[in-house]
Amino acid sequence: MLEIKNLHVEIDGKKILNGLNLTVKAGEVAAIMGPNGSGKSTLSYVIAGKEDYTVTEGEILLDGVNVLEMEPHERAHAGLFLAFQYPLEIPGVATMTFLKAALNAQAKSRGEDELSPGEFMKRVREAAGQLGINPDMLKRPLNVGFSGGEKKRMEILQMSLLAPKMAILDETDSGLDIDALRIVAEGVNAHRDPNHAFLVITHYQRLLDHIRPDTVHVMAKGQIVRTGGPEIALELEERGYAEYLGNAA
Amino acid sequence: MPAVKETVETVRQIDVDQYKYGFVTDIESELAPKGLNEDIVRYISAKKNEPAWLLEWRLEAFRRWLTMQEPTWARVHYPQIDFQDLHYYAAPKKTPGPKSLDEVDPELLRTYEKLGIPLREREILAGVEPQNRVAVDAVFDSVSVVTTFKEELAKAGVIFCAISEAVHTHPELVKQYLGTVVPTTDNFYATLNSAVFSDGSFVYIPPGVKCPMELSTYFRINEQKTGQFERTLIIADKGSYVSYLEGCTAPKRDEAQLHAAVVELIALDDAEIKYSTVQNWYPGDKDGKGGIYNFVTKRGDCRGARSKISWTQVETGSAITWKYPSCILRGEGSSGEFYSIAISNGMQQVDSGTKMIHLGKNTTSKILAKGIAAGRSDNTYRGQVTAHRKATGARNFTNCDSLLIGQQCGAHTIPYIESKNASAVFEHEATTSKIAEDQLFYCMQRGLDEEEAVALIVNGFVKEVLQQLPMEFAVEAQKLIAVSLEGSVG
Amino acid sequence: MANPVVMMRTPAETALIERFAAEKASLPGASQARAEAFARFEAKGLPSKRIESYHYTDVRNLMRTVAPVANDAVAGETMTLDGFPRLGFTNGRWQGGDAPAGVTVVPLADAYRDGLAPGLGMGEATDIVVDLNTAFARDGVAIRVAAGAEARLHLAFSEKTSAPASILPRVIVEIGEGASLMLVATHQGPAGIAYQVNEVVELRLGKQAKVEHVRLNLSGDKAMVLSSVAATLGDEAELQTTQIALGGEVCRHQVFVTYQGENAKAAIRGATMLRGHQHHDTTLVVDHAVPHGESRELFRTVVDGSAHGVFQGKIIVRPHAQKTDGQMASNALLLSDDAGMSNKPELEIFADDVVCAHGATCGSLDENQLFYLQARGLPRKVAEALLVEAFVGEVLETVSDDGLRETLAGLVSEWMRARAVS
Repeated sequence: MLEIKNLHVEIDGKKILNGLNLTVKAGEVAAIMGPNGSGKSTLSYVIAGKEDYTVTEGEILLDGVNVLEMEPHERAHAGLFLAFQYPLEIPGVATMTFLKAALNAQAKSRGEDELSPGEFMKRVREAAGQLGINPDMLKRPLNVGFSGGEKKRMEILQMSLLAPKMAILDETDSGLDIDALRIVAEGVNAHRDPNHAFLVITHYQRLLDHIRPDTVHVMAKGQIVRTGGPEIALELEERGYAEYLGNAA
Repeated sequence: MPAVKETVETVRQIDVDQYKYGFVTDIESELAPKGLNEDIVRYISAKKNEPAWLLEWRLEAFRRWLTMQEPTWARVHYPQIDFQDLHYYAAPKKTPGPKSLDEVDPELLRTYEKLGIPLREREILAGVEPQNRVAVDAVFDSVSVVTTFKEELAKAGVIFCAISEAVHTHPELVKQYLGTVVPTTDNFYATLNSAVFSDGSFVYIPPGVKCPMELSTYFRINEQKTGQFERTLIIADKGSYVSYLEGCTAPKRDEAQLHAAVVELIALDDAEIKYSTVQNWYPGDKDGKGGIYNFVTKRGDCRGARSKISWTQVETGSAITWKYPSCILRGEGSSGEFYSIAISNGMQQVDSGTKMIHLGKNTTSKILAKGIAAGRSDNTYRGQVTAHRKATGARNFTNCDSLLIGQQCGAHTIPYIESKNASAVFEHEATTSKIAEDQLFYCMQRGLDEEEAVALIVNGFVKEVLQQLPMEFAVEAQKLIAVSLEGSVG
Repeated sequence: MANPVVMMRTPAETALIERFAAEKASLPGASQARAEAFARFEAKGLPSKRIESYHYTDVRNLMRTVAPVANDAVAGETMTLDGFPRLGFTNGRWQGGDAPAGVTVVPLADAYRDGLAPGLGMGEATDIVVDLNTAFARDGVAIRVAAGAEARLHLAFSEKTSAPASILPRVIVEIGEGASLMLVATHQGPAGIAYQVNEVVELRLGKQAKVEHVRLNLSGDKAMVLSSVAATLGDEAELQTTQIALGGEVCRHQVFVTYQGENAKAAIRGATMLRGHQHHDTTLVVDHAVPHGESRELFRTVVDGSAHGVFQGKIIVRPHAQKTDGQMASNALLLSDDAGMSNKPELEIFADDVVCAHGATCGSLDENQLFYLQARGLPRKVAEALLVEAFVGEVLETVSDDGLRETLAGLVSEWMRARAVS
């Protein structure tokens, strides 16, 4: 589903990704683990199309189509979703208004009719209920004054509603207490099926206790340096990242 | 808490006489006749034995000045100045020009000792760690009487001398840079200064040199009915660094005295200039009689890429202050800073602030201004931040806070924030408040009297700015703040 | 030194002086106020950028000529608002309409002849633009809201002129003790005609009176509009005045608020959207003359094209006006490379026991917010519109009437749509 080939990325002339290769198959839940500064967040931003980064070489293919030429919203319409590590606060824009605008934009890109207000409300309420989100929160401006856990839950709510085929979760576990972590993980697990894929980016192993990955990749110095099964996560938990900090090119 | 203790100590040491620098040095002076005309301009130029080009430069400024009007936009009020009733040149007779320390009139040395400015290098060396040494250029009325540590500075290639001396020893530098930041046509007082400037400091830091010690100028107005018009020019060549301090005092006199200085700073690529002022001119008596009219034009030009100019000022003196140390952010990625504490008490009037003119790409500036008004004073912050069309990516952050002590003073904030570039991001915030009763109560409950409590809280209010000052100056400034606010409560 | 500069009179100044001489005898009532106001104008001339408060809007330079008084009335748009009794004005002249219960409306000329005096709403402020209106105004109305009454009123100003014309209406509203009024003034005019408006609305709030005033500027694209709101607040009075400005070529909206009674509150707001070569200046003078006053100012300016926005806000706290609480914010968004904004928020404070603050920001849309919205599937233009609408929405949402608020939000969306197409 997602294929990244020889990706080189710079920001302000500084190299961050150095020929990264990664494949995530349909139905797969892949995890990327790595120390701080290994380029994990850069990777997620580049996949989603943030402007500040310069891709000097390589491709990112979603179902065989290179997304690098697409605008961020076109990538979203193509089925890419990024759950932000730091979701943005947007003062003055009610969460409900925002969700509606996002769903309508998606419908429009597919040439479908907009959801009726009734249908829209129903879907939002259902999804919010599953994630334990108080409906009152949806009336407030998006993420403004939300706690860290509330923001992350709101990301998962958006993921549920937009139903992307490829979802990237960037450090979604940071700032979450154990209950919130479980709710978020359940939200992800509910969408696991052969047509969807997930890329879970994390520093720690604990999220992976709740979202069991099929594959674990270790990232260091802008490359994937090791790929294997869930056992790698446990190993990292014990031994840390020290051995990967020295040997990457 | 040590900070509390120190403040309390400082407050205890306050003289009954609030302005302790108000003495007069009894020294014979050579004075130019009163009045201002082309002959006086020629007289000053001749006294300094200046080259023809500089006399012509002065005369041109003088002719221009005749066509100009005194600015009226500042929030200050004072009786009309009779520019013909002033001496434009005054020099101690026995020390007509900068000489070696041994030749300086002992009376002058005593004056500076009394002011707490040691000029004898060996005395300085005796008590102070080498890294804390400060080179001083002492300007007394219209002349520089001595500049210390010149030889040692020369070893590093640093030129630090009176500007009247630099005109002779480094004419090419003076000619290249003088008037390029503050042109002779700039404003009424700057133009007047260009015509009659007497002395001041000249600094040149060669490429790549970090000036080995702090440089400072100490200005003293002594003579009656004189104006002081010093001119300072500092050039930091590529990749160099200098920190420069300026202090000022004057005797108590019943008539107001005029001080109209010009300071020009030039920072080339990657150079940094840090300019700190503790201004403590005589503020006049409690009824507003006498005091210095401080009409000063200070401007820095960040001419080179990534250059940096930082102004820090502690303004406690002068009857009237009209002063806006500014930065022209021309070089790409250059940055300007302005940190200010302006305290007014009695009948003082302060209209001070800064200008940050963003011309180049990715230029940044920061303004932190703290105004404290007490007594029957008026204290105005006036600041301008401008992004020109090409100043893509410019950033400014401004914070100005005012504190009022008592019900007869005024605190005013007048910012001009002008953006002509969409990518420029400007943020400005300002507050005005008084010392909270519960803060005062808390301090007093812990045993401080009201004045001590006020001094403590005020020191907290201005702390962020004080931190910008070099260590020795910060302590001095902290004491000064306490003294300036004496009698402001109760 | 040089002599003070003697300003030569501009053709516009000369024309105004001649016009006053010619019209003086026929101007209805208020002759002393007119003469005094005119004398101030004659002494000072039109305000130029040398005058501090006109630094960014040089009326003397912008107003090269004075248009004749409007004398034709061609067809034009007029607005109606659901739930608001409507008074229609054409070229500043009242066309009739029914006043709701508790409200009396008389033509300005009649009110003047009965002894109503203009200018009281200015407090200690003087302003040449207001003076010109005072000197010349013939048209407009005096509105009186009886003590304790509750009323809504729509003043629908529609300029219907086919040639440059000058329009100088004055509206004086007295709101009795404990009365409450929602007053909406809409201003529309023809495109392509360089008409000149100098309009003054005086709001005199009695004890415990409440006013919500909304001004909608949809003036023609070549119009020069000088509008002033002068309000005085009695004890415990509450004023809200909000301008939504989209129209005009050169506009200056002035708000003077003077606190005469204690414990009064004012909220002054504005949403301004500029494009093309528009110039819009909002200038406030909030004068806390007595203790315990509260003021809140919130201004949002969106600047596109090569337009220029100006915000000048001055909070004055007079000696003894203790316990004043004044908070002012002006935020601007620049949407294009050639757009410009000048912000001058001022504090002038003479009392120590006060809490006053102002904040001003200027910048473009936040790229991180835009990216976040794009990553959720919103095309860039849609994301921009959402953020801009939210930005001015914080002003619009303070309008209490649902229908009016939706009308205003619709105008803002329309403005963004027009931008997306161009």
